[in-house]
Amino acid sequence: MIVVTDVNKSFGTLKALRHVHVNCQPGECIALIGPNGCGKTTLIKSILGMVLPDSGKITFDGQPVQQSYQYRGRIGYMPQIGRYPDNMTVKQVLDTIKNLRSSIKNPDTQLYDAYQIKDILHKRMRTLSGGTRQKVSATLASLFNPDVLILDEPTAGLDPLAAEILKDYILQQTSRNKLVLITSHLLSELDNLVTEVVFMQDGAIKFHKSTASLKQETSGSTLAQAITLVLKQNRA
Amino acid sequence: MKKITGFVLIDIMRNRFVLIYTLLLGVMAWTVFNMEDSASKGLLTMLNVVLLITPLVSVLFATTYIYNSSEFIELLLSQPVRRSAIWISMFGGLSSSLVLSFLIAAGIPTLIYAPLNQALLLIFTGAIITIIFVALALLASIFTRDKAKGVGIAIMVWLYFALLFDSLILFLVFQFSDYPIETFMTVVTASSPIDLARIMNLIQMESSAMLGYTGAVFKKFFGGSWGLLLSALIMIVWATVPFLISLRIFNKKDL
Repeated sequence: MIVVTDVNKSFGTLKALRHVHVNCQPGECIALIGPNGCGKTTLIKSILGMVLPDSGKITFDGQPVQQSYQYRGRIGYMPQIGRYPDNMTVKQVLDTIKNLRSSIKNPDTQLYDAYQIKDILHKRMRTLSGGTRQKVSATLASLFNPDVLILDEPTAGLDPLAAEILKDYILQQTSRNKLVLITSHLLSELDNLVTEVVFMQDGAIKFHKSTASLKQETSGSTLAQAITLVLKQNRA
Repeated sequence: MKKITGFVLIDIMRNRFVLIYTLLLGVMAWTVFNMEDSASKGLLTMLNVVLLITPLVSVLFATTYIYNSSEFIELLLSQPVRRSAIWISMFGGLSSSLVLSFLIAAGIPTLIYAPLNQALLLIFTGAIITIIFVALALLASIFTRDKAKGVGIAIMVWLYFALLFDSLILFLVFQFSDYPIETFMTVVTASSPIDLARIMNLIQMESSAMLGYTGAVFKKFFGGSWGLLLSALIMIVWATVPFLISLRIFNKKDL
């Protein structure tokens, strides 16, 4: 569905992405993990067309993303830090995006209801706490029933209950044959959730394996253990 | 694109700055025409307002607005929207709202008090100068992410065109006063939209005598319909080229 082929990107002297290849298929829930500044967000932003790669190709359903913009209508994106116009109310933000995506008829109000967004519709974005902002971001990403969900550090800042709601939602989407891309540092959070793991370091992809084979190879019982073992093997 | 322009317009209307600008400009225009004993004096004062205040307000408001909308632009970028549509809508929304407030505030009294052809020319130059400085503001704000730096560049742009450029011309005229530089001066004038606007209006107001011999050359060139048309065209180029450059940069920028 999303195919990234040999993508390179540098910001000045910093090489943010080096020869990145990723192939994502519907029904997969892919965890994008790696240390800070390893290029996870740059990769996500390249897929969304917010960062333009220096070389290489990214296609969405066979269509190169650089010339197109309609494909973004099929992606729900939840940014790491949701930045919204300060003096707009929650309702205005939601209405603006609804207006832009008017082709979607029946919105998915599951997260909207679960996070009780209705009660904060009149509040201005600047008055919201970090966690509430994240709830609005998650709602915006899910509202239009997208085929692909891209979540950048989704659970950072969410309270345990809200994080649990989001996890349930993600599991449900994967079972509906949708593609979910998550970046996170909290490996324990990703357990039982993800089907594939992509590990990035210094802008390059170190490995891309399914969770099952990863656990089998390392005979670790949790994802965190498995990845730690792989990293130790690589160093040795 | 229409939708985004609509959002930008609503957002600008909600911001009280444009309303206050309209009110102040209106008060100024009405007082000017009522205080001066002749309409031509009033028109001359209005010309100075158009040449100094309108560009300053346009360039400053547009620059700060672009910086304050960075979140909104980011939000739109992840939506199914063409990138260039966002930037064009910003330009369209900003220039149309500022032009509209100029037309309401300064246009109506000018039309009432001044002779028609001079009033129309003043209104045209005011509107196009507003658009030019919005375009320059877009160009200034795309170069740097730092708001303070961007606003600084915007003020420098205004300072250059409104004040420094004149001093430069004056310096040139004094240095080369022994040579026949009138034709050359006509060309140099075109490289500042404010000066071009000033000369276009002064010629129409029959005040070219104030400009001495150069004024006669200017009158020969700008007084005719071809000269007027050409200068109007140059003004339009001044509005479109900076915008197109900023659009090119915006389309290739990592956000």
